[in-house]
Amino acid sequence: MELTSSKEPQVQIVTVQEQRIDASVALSFKDRMREITEGEKDTVVLDLNHVQFIDSSGLGAIVAAMKILSPERKLILAGLTPTVDKVFKLTRMDSVFGVFSTVEAALKDLKG
Amino acid sequence: MTKGAPQLSFTVSLTGKEDAVRIGLAEAMALLAPLELDADEAGTVELVLAEALNNIVEHALAATDGDTAIQIHAKHGPNGLQVAIIDEGVPMPLGKAPDGNAPTLDVETLDMPEGGFGWFMIHSLAQQVQYQRVGESNHLNLLLAVGL
Repeated sequence: MELTSSKEPQVQIVTVQEQRIDASVALSFKDRMREITEGEKDTVVLDLNHVQFIDSSGLGAIVAAMKILSPERKLILAGLTPTVDKVFKLTRMDSVFGVFSTVEAALKDLKG
Repeated sequence: MTKGAPQLSFTVSLTGKEDAVRIGLAEAMALLAPLELDADEAGTVELVLAEALNNIVEHALAATDGDTAIQIHAKHGPNGLQVAIIDEGVPMPLGKAPDGNAPTLDVETLDMPEGGFGWFMIHSLAQQVQYQRVGESNHLNLLLAVGL
């Protein structure tokens, strides 16, 4: 499960460098998210633009990541591709997370 | 009116181990190519199959350490894609598929549910969901209104 991280003022951008967050990697995603965000204080924007598919396990792992960061830090999602977006809309999880089409849009919203 | 593809029918076999689900799913999706499903319908099929297969591995085959096979039989017709997923694991409790009510999201962040969405997604995306225990096998029959 490859995640990369970059910094903007007051924001940590975590990019998922995988095409799938499914049952076989959900636990690994959760662990890697915890590691890569550890010790920071900023809001996290999770860039999912490479991810083509998540199942309910992947969704659960993203929720778990949000809970690990909570309450001090927010988890915001960006770059949801169609099937990933379908899962969030179907489960109404798009109302639980801030969701933006791009990282740029998320950053703009955070500044404003 | 079905699209121009000849009646599509195939079987995919996979072991009950977790990594096999990805491979079996990819094989099934590739075999559906003649239907020329648009991205949205393909996404629907992939989600339903993934959830059903994950459920089988997690529950029905957990006791057998994944040493038995799962079969996916798919057939396309005028009503859409009929899929029968067959495994030799333990029966479904209550003798039927879970209803799949989604857990409530009306909770504090720290209580947000991380699971329980699988059957909800299957029921939301499939036209028909039916479970049958046949001898020592579980049969999950699904109808997906795609490729119509």
